[in-house]
Amino acid sequence: MALVVVVLLVAVLAILFSSPDVPPVTLQAWSSAQPIGFTHIALSELEGTSTSATYGPPYNHGSGSVQDIFGVSIQRAIGVTDPIDPAKDFVVDPLVTVSGQPALKAALVRYKSADQLTRRSWEQAYGRALSKAKIVNSQLEVPPGSYGPVGTMLASFLSMARSGGLDAQLVAHSGFYTTNYTNPLLFIGDSAVAQPSSYWNKIVTAQKMQSHQWGMMNETGSWPGQPWLWLYVMWYQIPPMSTSHNGDVEVIAIMTALSLGLVLVPFIPGIRDLPRWIPVHRLVWKDYYRTYRSTSQGHARGGTSPPAESAKTGPGAQPGPL
Amino acid sequence: MSPHKGVAPLLGSVVNLNFPGHYIHWGFVLLSLANLLVIVAMLIVFVLALTLPFVHTRRTQRGRATNIATDRAPVAGLATASPTVGTASGGVGHGVLDEDEPGLWTAKIRKAWLRYLPPDKMLPDSQPAYVASWIYVFGVLTLMSLTVVIASGTVLALEGPVWWHISSVGLFVNSLHLWSVECFFGFMAIHLWGKFWMASWRGKRQLTWMTGAIAFLVSIFEGFTGYISQTNFDSQWIAFEAKDAMNGAGIGAFFNTMNFGQALMLHIVVMPLVIGLVVVIHIVMVRLRGVAPPIEALPEHLGEPDGAASSITASSTARSSPASPGLSDAGLAMEDAATSREQS
Repeated sequence: MALVVVVLLVAVLAILFSSPDVPPVTLQAWSSAQPIGFTHIALSELEGTSTSATYGPPYNHGSGSVQDIFGVSIQRAIGVTDPIDPAKDFVVDPLVTVSGQPALKAALVRYKSADQLTRRSWEQAYGRALSKAKIVNSQLEVPPGSYGPVGTMLASFLSMARSGGLDAQLVAHSGFYTTNYTNPLLFIGDSAVAQPSSYWNKIVTAQKMQSHQWGMMNETGSWPGQPWLWLYVMWYQIPPMSTSHNGDVEVIAIMTALSLGLVLVPFIPGIRDLPRWIPVHRLVWKDYYRTYRSTSQGHARGGTSPPAESAKTGPGAQPGPL
Repeated sequence: MSPHKGVAPLLGSVVNLNFPGHYIHWGFVLLSLANLLVIVAMLIVFVLALTLPFVHTRRTQRGRATNIATDRAPVAGLATASPTVGTASGGVGHGVLDEDEPGLWTAKIRKAWLRYLPPDKMLPDSQPAYVASWIYVFGVLTLMSLTVVIASGTVLALEGPVWWHISSVGLFVNSLHLWSVECFFGFMAIHLWGKFWMASWRGKRQLTWMTGAIAFLVSIFEGFTGYISQTNFDSQWIAFEAKDAMNGAGIGAFFNTMNFGQALMLHIVVMPLVIGLVVVIHIVMVRLRGVAPPIEALPEHLGEPDGAASSITASSTARSSPASPGLSDAGLAMEDAATSREQS
């Protein structure tokens, strides 16, 4: 009977409301919509200044996103387990796969053979030029400058992204079969962190899914999401977690303690007594209490423990904690 | 994403929710209207479950039982019932047990199983008469929702992760999966609220509460792995956002939220096994310990903590109960018990 009720309820809800399915954001869509912003992020990957490049464990040895609590960082203690070099993995390696472009091939050879200092000077020069770049006939036009091979590399990189080739290349690092989307997500995500009006951020904000919008419990469109995460999400809105660099690990610690508390409710004085102090149970067992009202009230008026908790009148009459 | 194809007209949504959501902003609280409606619906159902008079589907067997703890009402959610088999002390199978060769581990397990959880206790067709509130229904509803979640999820697993994006039938099955999950969590939360306010951990029932709470927490993680396995914008963003918490806590070294393959395997293989195990232990504990008696119940109504019959007087067991028009079965049983108390 219960199964029939649930099946009918679920079927009615499914027919009435269906379910959400907003397509994922692609590098192709992002680079086509915001070529300058896309190229800025690509340059930051090359320079090693992006959020991913400075993140820290488990991706690299940076410290930008390393969190600790009471001075202890489990993240740092475990170390790098999924090594990622954004300059190489996100930009240079995908460019190496491009064929039929002698200029790009020469630029890559020149870039790779240059020392670190020279590379930085090219990248910084390109960054200055990029801030004055324009879109002409859907093409990115960057003022000339002494940025060496970087201009050729990033122009090809943008073309590759706009053609959809980069979407495939960033997940192809582990061979023919792949299910790991860490690289493209980190790359797109760097724009969400560095550029408030980035392509991804605009969609996320419109869908009310930003962290400050209690986004983790929300769903796209007007569907209900994960309302059971309200407590977890709430802590992110409250200081000091809302402004702390260690906010994530602080919220995790709070929720771990609260989850443990939920499991151990029967053993926590005060919490386990709440049902007796706030007698919601009288609604559940109203028939029983109606029949035995005088007896139970007499116990209550007398200020003594109720019979269920105080008396053991027969074998197995276990009061249990309350 | 490709448009949905197939037998779309019948299976498409009647109410279009694919528009920017409405949000309630109150101080630092920012809730989507949809989430708020789910929460409000849960609270309303919880209050109704506490206040609405309970409807019995089968009359309590009068004249046989005389104690509130032994007088049985039908199990909530069971439409059919059969007469109680054996006794609560494990009478069923005793003859078989005696014939077992001592020392065989299979026999020992069977003996222990039948001693602590005989068939009539494992699959009861009745409950103590004080089990007379709609709040008791939500444990069964949670279990049935889980059944629909597993069934719809199995179809999605059979067809693969891309199917529901390109097929209208797939979208409908995904909708069944989504709404059964919403129902599952809603019913489970109401069940949890009810059991908290009933202090259902009393009488050596701590493990029952603990396994239930663990099932709730594990389900939240299972739901999370489901959300990041959708292969759409939602999963993309949630996986990216959640990685910082996972990495900060050191979990990211073992569980990469952006590794779709890992998340999917956790969602359809590992976590269902964990949930299944915890739920089975929870149900076994419910059967083993029985339903918690009312708070401040009279001592003679407490029942044994393992769910077996409570201690009752011989005179009360021999007495037949009076029929009182207008009273519910539970009320009758209570009256029986009150009368027997006076007699003893």
